[in-house]
Amino acid sequence: MSGHEHDHHDHDHSELSETQLRVRALESVLTEKGYVDPAALDLLIETYEKKVGPRNGARVVAKAWVDPAYRARLLKDATPAIAEIGYAGRQGEHIVALENTPKLHNMVVCTLCSCYPWPVLGLPPVWYKSAPYRSRAVADPRGVLADFGVTLPKDTEIRIWDSTSEIRYLVLPMRPAGTEGWSEEKLVELVTRDSMIGTGLPKSPKDLAK
Amino acid sequence: MQLRTRALETILIEKGYIEPAAIDELIETYETKIGPRNGAQAVAKAWVDPKFRQWLFEDGTSAIGSLGFGGRSGNHLVALENTSSVHNMVVCTLCSCYPWAVLGLPPLWYKSAPYRSRTVADPRSVLRDFGMELPKDTEIRVWDSTAELRYLVVPMRPTGTEGWSEDKLAELVTRDSMIGTGQPKQPKDLG
Amino acid sequence: MNGGQDLGGTHGHGPVEPEANEPVFHAEWEKRAFALTLAMTAPGGWNIDMGRFARENRPPGEYLSMTYYQIWLAALEHMAKEGGLVSDDEIEAGHSLQPPKPVRRILLPGDVAKVLYRGGPTERDTNTKPIFGVGDRVRAKNINPLTHTRLPRYVRGHVGTIERVIGCHVFPDSNAHGGGENPQWLYTVRFDGPELWGADSDATIKVSVDAWEPYLSPAT
Repeated sequence: MSGHEHDHHDHDHSELSETQLRVRALESVLTEKGYVDPAALDLLIETYEKKVGPRNGARVVAKAWVDPAYRARLLKDATPAIAEIGYAGRQGEHIVALENTPKLHNMVVCTLCSCYPWPVLGLPPVWYKSAPYRSRAVADPRGVLADFGVTLPKDTEIRIWDSTSEIRYLVLPMRPAGTEGWSEEKLVELVTRDSMIGTGLPKSPKDLAK
Repeated sequence: MQLRTRALETILIEKGYIEPAAIDELIETYETKIGPRNGAQAVAKAWVDPKFRQWLFEDGTSAIGSLGFGGRSGNHLVALENTSSVHNMVVCTLCSCYPWAVLGLPPLWYKSAPYRSRTVADPRSVLRDFGMELPKDTEIRVWDSTAELRYLVVPMRPTGTEGWSEDKLAELVTRDSMIGTGQPKQPKDLG
Repeated sequence: MNGGQDLGGTHGHGPVEPEANEPVFHAEWEKRAFALTLAMTAPGGWNIDMGRFARENRPPGEYLSMTYYQIWLAALEHMAKEGGLVSDDEIEAGHSLQPPKPVRRILLPGDVAKVLYRGGPTERDTNTKPIFGVGDRVRAKNINPLTHTRLPRYVRGHVGTIERVIGCHVFPDSNAHGGGENPQWLYTVRFDGPELWGADSDATIKVSVDAWEPYLSPAT
């Protein structure tokens, strides 16, 4: 299961069109039998394609950066704190926020499948669900971070959280320097999806200026 | 795959890394000359000759070497004795290690995931796949060939074979009985 | 099960390859496979643990070579057939050949937002008390079920520390196979890197899993 769904080899193309036909066949049968409603299917797709995404989590992080009381609530019990902002539900019923510090860096993985905090990050990217990440994050996190172009100090403790239950993890990255007085809206721009998984760091003010 | 193999062979020969005649000799050796008949001969001898049997279990390499078999994947042979209370099975979970010198090249099932994964965890279910059922209290010893030692199971001599010659006995010794996934044939099977 | 999905610590898969500006879905069929899977849980009467087992229960060679949504599709076909909702010939034909099986409910468009927002919380009330407390040393059991479990191989037999007593949650090992929710106490257990990967490995790493009480025994 490599992240190569978009490779352009001939055998991939014929496999994919076979898959396409199978999906279409299955959808036809299920719809004809009345088990699924096509309008419901479209709404499900629209929700996760357009409405729910990492911007949700970025808002949570930005708020925690500016509001110490919110930060405390978030770290104590993330699910209701996140619901305060309006995000909740499927694959986010039990969220735990993980605080990065200068001494501790958190990373989240699901070695067994693809568990991911949908309400705050949307659907997981292909790399998160693929064998390289799932196999190496727990054994060689520094190697994985190197694949993302991130190097941490040798003595930073790295905590990897394998999401084996319905608990979902959201990394709270450290607030970048040089952002004193910034509004939440502006801070949101710095919070990348990867920084909330733990495979990246937030942008810095100069990254925004580019 | 055929094209890739042919291409590689052509290149290696053109560069002078390998001799075509040597390749043919290797193929002929393992297709026609070395095979389970060798192991069957050693087992049959152990059935009739108590001294050989003792030697075989003490020093498999030398005992089998005395019959003219040895060499590649047979430099360190260990014979395993099946008894009424202990049944031995041989596997290589990590790849396909097999006692070539006495059994020839391994069959496909021996090298495949089902056998390699299940034998060490659930040997009885594997035996069932071979149509074999052992008494509940028989100890099953599974030997994972992780080093250069190669294992040869010596099955129990079938009853009703008193006075049989080694050659005739050798015909009862199946390849699978020397791996541990089968029993030797019975006299009636030879009829 | 010790299947292809239990990937923690395995080798040979190559580097992590993020895609820049990755779309949520890479093809139209992926969207449909995704939506069908979610929508079919209602008529199928399936829970998420059954779904996970159906996905991981592919022959390992197939699991490792299929793409993510191909696995979802294969699992959905399997569950729909097992549940008597569709047949092989119908999938082959691409349309219904027999009357539908009566189902209790289906997902209606008007309910989508509500259902997604409600989700499926797994915490349950209990009269029992957790056996372990924060700081306790525990050993992950050496279990090797053929059925669904969420205890990865790389921690089995290893000793860790209880980091958090999470609560009483639905137990996937039962729930996936019709054994009911059977809620058990759930803990976050933290392992030192060298405990998992060897004395010579990186000592700055700690790995945790969320483990239910039946997965753990006290470590002396």
